[in-house]
Amino acid sequence: MNTVSKAKSTLPEVVVMPSRFRNPIGKYIVKRNSRCAGCGLCAELCSYGVHIKPEGYSRPLPPRSERCIGTACEANAFYCVRHCPNQALSVSLNPILETMGDYRWTPEMLIGQWYMAETGELPETDLEYNLGSSGGGFDKIRFKIPDPADYLDISDEKIDTSLSLNRRSDGRPEKVLSLPCYGGGMSFGSTALPVIVGRARAARRLNTLTCTGEGGYPPEFLPYAEYVITQVATGLFGVREETIQHAPVVEFKYAQGAKPGLGGHLLGDKVTPEVAAMRETVVGSSLFSPFPFHSVYSVEDHKKHVDWIKEVNPRALISVKVSTPSDVDMVAVGSYYAGAHIIHFDGSYGGTGAAPDIAKKNIAMPIEYAISRVHCFLKEEGVRGQVCLMASGGIRNAMDAAKAIALGADGVVIGTADLVALECIRCGKCESGRGCARGIASTDPELGHMITEEYAEQRIVNMYLAWRKQWCQLLRQYGLRSVKELVGRSDLLVNMDYLDEAERAKYPEAPKNKLVI
Amino acid sequence: MPKKYHIATKETPPRFEPVGKFSTVEFREDCAGSCRQCVKKKCIYNVFKDDYQHIITMDEPEFLYICQNCFCCVQECTKGIFTRVVNPEYRLMGNTYWQPEIINQTWFQAHTGKIPVSGAGYRGPFSGTGFDAMWTDMSEIVRPTRDGIHGREYINTSIELSRKPMRLSFNEDLSLVQELSEIVEIPIPVLFQPPSFGILSERVLLAMVKAAQRLCTLMLIDAADCSSAFNDYAETLVPRLTRSNYQNYVDIICRSRMVELAYEPDIEREFATLHNYKPELLIAIGLPLDAQAGSRALELAQAGVDVLHFYADDYGCETGSNAHRTIRDMIREVHGKLVEGKVRPKVNILFSGGIAMSEHMAKAIICGADGVVVDIPLLIALECRVCSRCKHGESCPVAIGEIDITWGSQRIVNLIGAWHDQLLEVMGACGIREVRRLRGEVGRALFLEDLERESFAPIFGKRKIPCG
Repeated sequence: MNTVSKAKSTLPEVVVMPSRFRNPIGKYIVKRNSRCAGCGLCAELCSYGVHIKPEGYSRPLPPRSERCIGTACEANAFYCVRHCPNQALSVSLNPILETMGDYRWTPEMLIGQWYMAETGELPETDLEYNLGSSGGGFDKIRFKIPDPADYLDISDEKIDTSLSLNRRSDGRPEKVLSLPCYGGGMSFGSTALPVIVGRARAARRLNTLTCTGEGGYPPEFLPYAEYVITQVATGLFGVREETIQHAPVVEFKYAQGAKPGLGGHLLGDKVTPEVAAMRETVVGSSLFSPFPFHSVYSVEDHKKHVDWIKEVNPRALISVKVSTPSDVDMVAVGSYYAGAHIIHFDGSYGGTGAAPDIAKKNIAMPIEYAISRVHCFLKEEGVRGQVCLMASGGIRNAMDAAKAIALGADGVVIGTADLVALECIRCGKCESGRGCARGIASTDPELGHMITEEYAEQRIVNMYLAWRKQWCQLLRQYGLRSVKELVGRSDLLVNMDYLDEAERAKYPEAPKNKLVI
Repeated sequence: MPKKYHIATKETPPRFEPVGKFSTVEFREDCAGSCRQCVKKKCIYNVFKDDYQHIITMDEPEFLYICQNCFCCVQECTKGIFTRVVNPEYRLMGNTYWQPEIINQTWFQAHTGKIPVSGAGYRGPFSGTGFDAMWTDMSEIVRPTRDGIHGREYINTSIELSRKPMRLSFNEDLSLVQELSEIVEIPIPVLFQPPSFGILSERVLLAMVKAAQRLCTLMLIDAADCSSAFNDYAETLVPRLTRSNYQNYVDIICRSRMVELAYEPDIEREFATLHNYKPELLIAIGLPLDAQAGSRALELAQAGVDVLHFYADDYGCETGSNAHRTIRDMIREVHGKLVEGKVRPKVNILFSGGIAMSEHMAKAIICGADGVVVDIPLLIALECRVCSRCKHGESCPVAIGEIDITWGSQRIVNLIGAWHDQLLEVMGACGIREVRRLRGEVGRALFLEDLERESFAPIFGKRKIPCG
């Protein structure tokens, strides 16, 4: 129960953090035409804040379409379109959605995450934010319809969502996080400084972790050092004795799901003077990290690596980040015997700052297949209880995370969703030129400062607090008090392709949009 | 070590504005025009640089080839009058197999010669049919280094086209019993052929064959199309012949390194005549990738053929059947039959039809092909929009028939240069330094149905909807 009370005490407050953009995007669009006489009735009626008429204004402000719950509002007595005395209002689906998002991150999923990041609440609009249009993997998996008799009537505060990272009883710290997830590596260079520092600040407030990625350890991280994982990747950028010693967890990045077997990419345009100084490289010169570690060509070499870090930092836990090849289970067991506390699998549909498209689509297996395979193999080997298994690579939302845990992971590592919280629109143009036009994945002197640390911190905190609400709802339905009880409960899952037609009809269909990507 | 193979790419812009994915829509009547903060001026990609006032001048709506879809203009316009739509012309490009995204990416590669690289994770469907229902493997630790891709090690992509003896026999004095014929290699596992449609003018064909020559590969072409304009490319051309017409092309056969005969029963009886014309001539047989493909391959392998070239349809499926098995499964079947028949090392097998992306080349080889023959991508490199207008006798929107040959060949060289680099990426990740070792290495691939069976069946039971 100590962990529960600790989790409870560390949960931060939600503070509404609105969009940075003048015209936020919603599922519906509300239009007010020139027939409007400025009576202000709509502003009096709407309880969602779509219509606002400030004191002394002759006409309402332009409608805040992103707050509209859409045609479902017709059932409400206060439906603005019906009441407008001049028939000046209309509500329709926002046609811009067809130009947004992709098969994995559908427009509705993006809008749903933005809403959570803004408010810390789950969306009220009829958004499908749990399932994408990819037609496989998590988008085919559902949680079974729960038995009402299992329902546990307890509050969110009494539900344990903590995650223990050290299960080896080796005298190193028993690090416990308040959430079953932490932040994936994002380097200084690939991502703007206020974004990565904002993530670290959010990690401190949420009592979880974030990771430096392979771009060195900016001094701005130092106040949050207890919440920042130092990554040791094949380029060894910014890896020094002191950066290893700062960290509660040190992560070896052997491979990355988006580009398994290829090492990191930072294209020349993004190697600005600051980035080059941090990485001790040449301005404007592309940085392709080698693959693999030139010092590791066997499991024995890998153990030497782990021992080296353990020696340099006696209190650090060791995480090993690998991708998902066909022998993923053997890699896992090898990492365990080399002394890792955390084994982190990054599936092939994971995020990146830059990777060849051929690698993103085609190399290594999606994480959905890897999790149960590794979980079962480690159980058979009798070591599952001594290691923390983290999954990542295409885990987009709270339900994906819960499905990954039910398949056998202890927790998940999140990257892209953090950026979506900061209003990433998944245009995929982070890799070159000045970087991200929205100021997220850029170190450009202008674009890299569009975001404040406070904004980044609060949006990420809000998103995870909304996710926690979803997890608590789910656990309650199955009579579970702790997310630990969900680990490996694949009996609670169904896959739509494995159900009879009648059975399948009981579960929500995933959207099947044909998208332009 | 052989001389390092390098493809010299060079930026070669398109002649026509390519079809863009998106278009902006402006509700201009709401624009006061007085905010002086027009988002068009702030676009970091300079999309509106050349046509900032197109609405005022009543120009065509812009279809934004260079727009990167960041939504900044839509979300920052002070009046909120900006929105976007998918360009309807973009949606209409291609068909269910040759999708707009494939065409767009092919244009990019033909333009720049670069590998498509982007940020953020994979954006497409989880899996699909055929080659989209498999992933290539990677080696976590023990493997050649990434340096191989960047030039300090050599990753060999050469394949052989000549028949190989199964074993060597020696005389008592240790001299060889049989006379060994020359080993004919090409440095990339790709050959060319004209597509099944398109305005295949002499200029178009010359651009293709010139590119093939520069890349040191071969191009298949109907013997009837080998006019005198192709005389300089005799070493590069593989004339396609039939039993009934090859006698008419003896001069072309004698100039060629390899010929392809269309399959007919007992076609092997013609081999002796062809070898009489030119003893070192390589003989390929072109045959449909149909239900008999495996058994015919087995027969022909015994009969002394060098290369078997199987033609799938343009959609990457078997021909002459309603089963529509995909080229992925058909390659595995043909390769498997030859392995079972213990003759696989004797012959080289090539596949064409539906080879649309570099990943198809790598995956075809993993499934058991020695190499692939590409066709439609060559035309797309020359700006073809796969609009099929030419199939109905209508004009080509990009006047493909009148291209400049040098421009066209450079675009094709760029495309294959990018494909070659992508093959190196996949092989590097697999930990394989020789494309010949990739052949049939299904252990270095992950197939959808296997993953579903191994990882999901123990949890979810029996699958009710078949894979793909």
